[in-house]
Amino acid sequence: MKVLIPSPLRSYTGASEVDGEGSTLRELFADLDRRYPGLRFRMIDEQDRVRRHIRCFVNGVQTFELAEPLAPSDAVQIVQALSGG
Amino acid sequence: MTRTAKKARKKTVKPRSAKGPLLLVATRKGAWLFQGDAARRQWKADGPHFLGHIIHHVMLDPRDGRTLLAAASTGHLGPTLFRSTDFGKHWSEAKRPPAFAKAADGKGRSVHHTFWLAPAHASEPGVWYAGTSPQGLFRSEDGGETWAPFSSINDDPRYRELMGDEQGGTPDGPVLHSIIVDPRDRAHLYFAMSSGGVHESKDGGKSFAPLVEGMEVVEGFDVKNLAFHDPHCVRLCPSDPDRLYQQNHCGIYRLDRPATRWTRIGKAMPKAVGDIGFPMVVHPRDADTAWVFPMDGTTVWPRTSPDGKPAVYVTKNGGKKWTRRAAGLPASQAWWTVKRQAMTRDGRDPLGLYFGTTSGEVWASRDEGGRWSPVAQHLPEIYAVEAAER
Repeated sequence: MKVLIPSPLRSYTGASEVDGEGSTLRELFADLDRRYPGLRFRMIDEQDRVRRHIRCFVNGVQTFELAEPLAPSDAVQIVQALSGG
Repeated sequence: MTRTAKKARKKTVKPRSAKGPLLLVATRKGAWLFQGDAARRQWKADGPHFLGHIIHHVMLDPRDGRTLLAAASTGHLGPTLFRSTDFGKHWSEAKRPPAFAKAADGKGRSVHHTFWLAPAHASEPGVWYAGTSPQGLFRSEDGGETWAPFSSINDDPRYRELMGDEQGGTPDGPVLHSIIVDPRDRAHLYFAMSSGGVHESKDGGKSFAPLVEGMEVVEGFDVKNLAFHDPHCVRLCPSDPDRLYQQNHCGIYRLDRPATRWTRIGKAMPKAVGDIGFPMVVHPRDADTAWVFPMDGTTVWPRTSPDGKPAVYVTKNGGKKWTRRAAGLPASQAWWTVKRQAMTRDGRDPLGLYFGTTSGEVWASRDEGGRWSPVAQHLPEIYAVEAAER
């Protein structure tokens, strides 16, 4: 499936859109971390919580659940909140 | 000066190299390296490294003289650590940065950022300690590539009571800092928590015990409650490892082991200045000499130089008397201060002193604080300054 990567994480992927695999969001992030080591921990903390300023959308719908089921045809967007100075 | 210190002073003066010290400056928006010439008059800037990242601390491994570690985070992404073995020409990310153990109930803590980096004992090459926010203690045995929780304190219920969460503690988050390894004994460790007190281990970190007797807390609070103790910076004297100095939220202290009671030596500071501040610097060859950078700790805690007149204060007799050292610094209307990791010294003779300000200036003194001159201006807010030799 296609995964949109926010600009602060493109130092890992080198691209704004990458391919990933998994039947859940958890599996997708594990797959992305295998392809781009270190990427997952910047988005998901050690307690498996999505970090405060990271948002995930599946087909345009926001989710906070790593158990969110995915299909190969889904589009996943990872977004970083814009805030602060 | 103590007899021990006099002996050590002759033995440990580092020879001058063709190059001067290398200053490692960590800021809210990236890191800079400043290479000094041998005279410590000219400084060449190298940076920014990691522009836009919050860099909390940069340290060079004194044991191999080439491994740099940088503790990084951003306003939005999780924390990480970067390593370099060529003085910042290339950086690589740690494979496993400090992270708490996963809790079965899903309510465990997560590391917000690594705050303090400390090389372990000289006999343990490649071993490092790290302190985090919220408070946690971590160890790496492979030069900073992978990190694991160290000791039992991260999950000890007695310590967890003292440790804050992301919303608690100091304005920039509760921190574990001042990780100190006794140069005579690698199993003898100290650390401090802001807040949470000073703690000591004599068994290599298997267990820790509080070391707070004599330390004061904010008026009206219970001195017996460790959570109210707020050490800002603790330093061990290399020339006399039984002597510790501490800058605390409530004064300046000295402790001569094996005694366990801190003495508030800051009471000898001028009343109009007070003895509140963040950093503490000790002379590497004279255990009676130490420097502080006082700040305004009155009313709502402005955390600025008292009366807008920044100054370093030095004691040369273990805290019996303090002398103002402000030549070259702004005489007035300078409302910055110096954070706990942002003041340091080199190992040369005479000793060089350095500090970075919350307004992004780096200042240096080639004569142990006698006169100050600027190294850099207009940097982002400075969080840490270290002086290394390459």
